[in-house]
Amino acid sequence: MARHHVNCTINGDHVDYLCDTSQSLLDVLRDELELTGTKEGCATGDCGACSVIVDGVLVCSCLAMGAEMNGKSIETVEGMASGNELHPLQRHFIDKIALQCGICTPGLLMASRKLLERNPDPSEEEIRFWLAGNLCRCTGYNNIVDAVKAAAAEMRGA
Amino acid sequence: MTDLRYEAPATADAAIALLAKATGTTRILAGGTDVLVQLHADMIEPELVVDIKRIPGLNGISREAGGWRFGATATGIELMDHEGFSKAWPGIIDGVKLIGSMQVKGRATVAGNLCNASPAADSVPPLMSSGVIATVVGPNGKRDIPVSDVCTGPGKTSLAKGEIVTSFFVPDAPPHSGSAYLRFTPRTEMDIAVVGVSVNITLDASGTCTAATMALGAVAEKPILVPDAAKALVGTKVDEAALDKLAAVASAACRPIDDKRGTKIFRIKVAGVLAKRTAAIALQRAKGGAK
Ligand code: FES
Ligand code: FES
Repeated sequence: MARHHVNCTINGDHVDYLCDTSQSLLDVLRDELELTGTKEGCATGDCGACSVIVDGVLVCSCLAMGAEMNGKSIETVEGMASGNELHPLQRHFIDKIALQCGICTPGLLMASRKLLERNPDPSEEEIRFWLAGNLCRCTGYNNIVDAVKAAAAEMRGA
Repeated sequence: MTDLRYEAPATADAAIALLAKATGTTRILAGGTDVLVQLHADMIEPELVVDIKRIPGLNGISREAGGWRFGATATGIELMDHEGFSKAWPGIIDGVKLIGSMQVKGRATVAGNLCNASPAADSVPPLMSSGVIATVVGPNGKRDIPVSDVCTGPGKTSLAKGEIVTSFFVPDAPPHSGSAYLRFTPRTEMDIAVVGVSVNITLDASGTCTAATMALGAVAEKPILVPDAAKALVGTKVDEAALDKLAAVASAACRPIDDKRGTKIFRIKVAGVLAKRTAAIALQRAKGGAK
């Protein structure tokens, strides 16, 4: 089995790892680097639990190979808070009870963060369409949408 | 997949040589949104995966004489975010927007959507009805072929061993042209088309239709062009009577199967309904309306 030596940046830190061809980026994050914030729901691109940002683009880490990541800049949920200071999205997810079991939460946080970067004032419809690739079997979504709206308002200074 | 090899060559020639030399199953990796699923499910056991994203010149979206060109590794999001291209080709963008979630569109490519050769691929009917040309390179050099000649059946293409789609050329439409794609799915998002319809319409200055093309997805073993669309619309003002004719032509062209997503009868009926709705949007766009 070919082992690949990959150099990349994760949450601003330089990281290098060895991986097999068969390992997805998700496998590498969780099993090689112990960054277990990113979750596996389906491993087929349907649930969004594994959402991370690669070179500024929101992607499913289960649909990327670990071997592909040379020179890439990867952002995961572990990089969202600054020190003990939670990101506004994280705070509002807690305040609005936008999670129950929490499996979907890291993916939803990454996806919501990307949405607010592109669109600081999304409508409810825009939020729901953007998050269509993030499945949650617990909350019924309404609290998630409310949390994203509240975080957006705070981040706009509204 | 114990012996799976991953290569990321720096040139198209090197990629072709790797693919041509391989004896077992190979996969080209662009966005990977189909390949990784196939690997994970053990649907395929390739000996070689060739990542083409490190090849300069296969990426990007640009103008060239007479049209737009976009590369095989241009992602859905890149196309959607490209102001000039998305304004010129709303029909193609309609299709691209429907490919999976934002996460999937961040990686998935139109070339992959085409070469994965699903009869229900959302970006393919709009490419076909828009007359898009695929540039293919392989061991025997380069050729340009209409996108409608690529997919030959479920999971099958006309590409020879070692051939790669490197880019697409989208020829400029005449003034007063509009395009649109609609599909039917039980869910709003994250679903596979039960029927997909793409329509392109060109009008003259008086609003009479001078050219029309239509392509259908998910109603045959591959996405299909419907040449009779022109007969239904050309020479008309794309009024209700012409749209009814188009609907009949769309339904007549279907040769679908029954499956868990829809029955034959349902697909044939829906193709007609969607043909009318899609043409109405294309007409609006040809007239310069917002939608
Ligand atoms: S684990 Fe990647 S989308 Fe479900
Ligand atoms: S909180 Fe359980 S899946 Fe969303």
